[in-house]
Amino acid sequence: MNRSKPITGDLLALKNQIEGYAVEYGLDFFPQVFEVCDYDTINILAAQGGFPSRYPHWKFGMDYDQLSKGYTYGLQKIYEMVINTDPCYAYLLQANNWVDQKIVMAHVYGHNDFFKNNAWFANTNRKMMDVMANHGTKIRRYMDRYGADAVESFIDKVLSLENLLDINELFETSSLKRHRQEQVVQQREENEDDGYLIDDRSAALKSFMRTKARQTPKEDVKKEEDFGAEGPLAHRTRDILGYLISYAPIEEWQADILGILREEAYYFLPQRLTKIMNEGWASYWHSTIMTRRALDASEIVDFADKHAGVMYMSKQNINPYKIGIELMRDIEYRWDRGMFGKEYNDCTDMHEKHRWDTKLMQGREKIFEVRKSHNDISFIDEFLTPDFCERQQLFTYKYNPRTGRFEIDTKDFLAIKQKLLSQLTNFGQPIIEVEDGNYMNRKELLLGHVHYGVDLDVNFANETLRNLYAIWRRPVNLRTKYEDKEVVFHFDGKDFRPQH
Amino acid sequence: MDHPIKRDHARFRKIVKGKIRENLRKYVSQGNQIIPKGTDKFTVPMPTIDIPRFRFGDKSQGGLGQGQGQPGDPVDGQADPNGQPGQGEAGEGEGDKELDVELSLDELARILGEELELPNIEPKGKKSLQSVVDRYTNIGTTGPDSLRHLRRTYKQALKRQIAMDSYDPENPAVVPIRRDFRYRSSDTKVELQNAAVVIYMMDVSGSMGDEQKEIVRTESFWINLWLKSQYKDIEVRYIIHDATAKEVDEHTFFRTRESGGTLISSAYNLCKEIIEKDYNPNEWNIYPFHFSDGDNWSADDTKLCLELLDRVILPVSNVFCYGQVESRYGSGQFYKDLTTKYGTDGEKLILSKIKNKEGILDSIKEFLGKGK
Repeated sequence: MNRSKPITGDLLALKNQIEGYAVEYGLDFFPQVFEVCDYDTINILAAQGGFPSRYPHWKFGMDYDQLSKGYTYGLQKIYEMVINTDPCYAYLLQANNWVDQKIVMAHVYGHNDFFKNNAWFANTNRKMMDVMANHGTKIRRYMDRYGADAVESFIDKVLSLENLLDINELFETSSLKRHRQEQVVQQREENEDDGYLIDDRSAALKSFMRTKARQTPKEDVKKEEDFGAEGPLAHRTRDILGYLISYAPIEEWQADILGILREEAYYFLPQRLTKIMNEGWASYWHSTIMTRRALDASEIVDFADKHAGVMYMSKQNINPYKIGIELMRDIEYRWDRGMFGKEYNDCTDMHEKHRWDTKLMQGREKIFEVRKSHNDISFIDEFLTPDFCERQQLFTYKYNPRTGRFEIDTKDFLAIKQKLLSQLTNFGQPIIEVEDGNYMNRKELLLGHVHYGVDLDVNFANETLRNLYAIWRRPVNLRTKYEDKEVVFHFDGKDFRPQH
Repeated sequence: MDHPIKRDHARFRKIVKGKIRENLRKYVSQGNQIIPKGTDKFTVPMPTIDIPRFRFGDKSQGGLGQGQGQPGDPVDGQADPNGQPGQGEAGEGEGDKELDVELSLDELARILGEELELPNIEPKGKKSLQSVVDRYTNIGTTGPDSLRHLRRTYKQALKRQIAMDSYDPENPAVVPIRRDFRYRSSDTKVELQNAAVVIYMMDVSGSMGDEQKEIVRTESFWINLWLKSQYKDIEVRYIIHDATAKEVDEHTFFRTRESGGTLISSAYNLCKEIIEKDYNPNEWNIYPFHFSDGDNWSADDTKLCLELLDRVILPVSNVFCYGQVESRYGSGQFYKDLTTKYGTDGEKLILSKIKNKEGILDSIKEFLGKGK
């Protein structure tokens, strides 16, 4: 069913024009495909993470419900969706006016260049559109066979753990993976003599095949003999979904679903790690292309209005578009004038520092380099300066129990940087590791929360452990710190209780 | 065919309805949670339907902002009216979002009915309210393509071909032409329906406080909801009384506060007048509801009330409901008087005591549980 259609006529001409500017500025992107669609379609796409076809699940329905309502009441409007694929697909809202389409196109080329060149995206699957559609087909088939309710409720459980990812998995390159899989296959062939694995299967299916291999009783026994108490169940990992695929007592179809959802979660991970940079980079380019090339004099005010809308500053959150674009511009400015390095840093004369200009003119070059090798954390860590924080009027705020309100705490540079970095650590999610799969020698699962000063929400931890229990089928534990005390939360299938 | 997301959406709606049903008691007792939108839509706020995840707690951790201001300046919009700690909320976090779910009157009423196991009402009297409806029961020669009746169209084409002798049984191809086309068309019909009127009476004397009125308001909201789902059109009338009674609109009904004594008979008298004037009991299903804290001025007046009930109101009503809202000042005497006369399980008179907001749901069940 085609709800979106390729652009034609004037829009196509506009695309060629903008693409010309993007090339001229040295952006390096995948072939770009624009399609137009109506607001309902763009809401559907947004609800499904940008993809036209996903597995069936009510959460997409929920997001769609919210987006549709937001649009109907005029609270929000999505101008564009762009997804990390090759060719890179982007959807334009049919009802956008001409200037909007221009901005959006210029913005999309920024994202496209970022997807293609940023190191954290290097191993993402660029054929994800097909992969997602296949995942949908597979899960529908499981629903036909095992019942929609059973499958959906299992998906609920898995989604509950979807944020427990190991960032390092992103750099487990595909060749490395294939190499290891070949070893597994080899080993299995030696063991069981059934060499029916062909290598063009999806990672999910492979993982599920691995599981199947593991579940043959013969091998199970062997493994336990081999590893003893220090066996695989004791290996520490942050890739919880991967761990469950290998060691949880689940059916084949469940392992496959775990694999599917894991694959999708890792696909989206780089975007969560580079939100500020990605939006900053795209905004930098829509701004540059529009103001230096594409904008007609009659469109200036409309452009400024739209641009300002995207760059709003909030007192309660930082806007990644705003911080991103300003940091990119700051870097460009500093590297154009040589405002970095020992000599500059050692200079104590504020006046001189302010006028510092070595005519280095390496700004553009520098930001291209930055977009290639950084993620949000290293980006902030390396390029956030006291000067920048002051100019951008950044501050931290905290809760004041006396007035019952959130109040500005400090404008101190180190405090701001500290706060920002801690918000970005592990893409804003708590770091959870598997500590032991045979805890207390009772096949209980022990997770550990790496505590960096902020406690977990106990109610949510409770609910999440319940879902984990449904997969692990033995008691599950979570070691964390709560109100400065070490505690292990224990869920045994009936009761949730802390053990000090 | 619809986009597959419609299936996800339907699934989500089903989960939502389940949640509302689960938490119905909370929604009812907290009042004002469910906001009517237009005539037959309601918005229901729904916290955390989202998938649980490990996440950071401790909202007081604060966050980062950008803009003008000095240390000590508040970053959230307006002051917290209560100044209570732990009330403010800021920062973003997954799962903080609250859903506003829209439900239709029928959906909401069905949830109420299922949860309380309310029987459908057997309307009395003959159907008398006339309403005009269009039903597609006829066939016409004009209409939009979407209403084209294929079978009739081909039948017509076949007839024509036979009549014109262009039909060949060896090659039975029937090709309709323009004037063979037949369309479904509507007939306008007058349908008769049961008509119903709800007459709310409330004691607004000094002893009925804001909390008591809140209870009445919440309870009447749910009663209306149920009756509206049972009768297509209902009329609602409001009477307030202290020592005298007057008919008011809905807004006034819930906001008026008088002082002074209470003569319940004044309200019953007015109720009687309204029924006699506007609602022929042979044609109307009549539901008088009376809420008070149970104080009446004198035993004489109570006697008068019982007489009015006996002689006029009970015979014409489907059921008469008396809800006694407990208040610090009320004696609750009237409830006792009614019990003495009719017992707690009367055929035409239902009594209910509402202790507090938590008691509303049970009280609704008592009133509507008999299916009258």
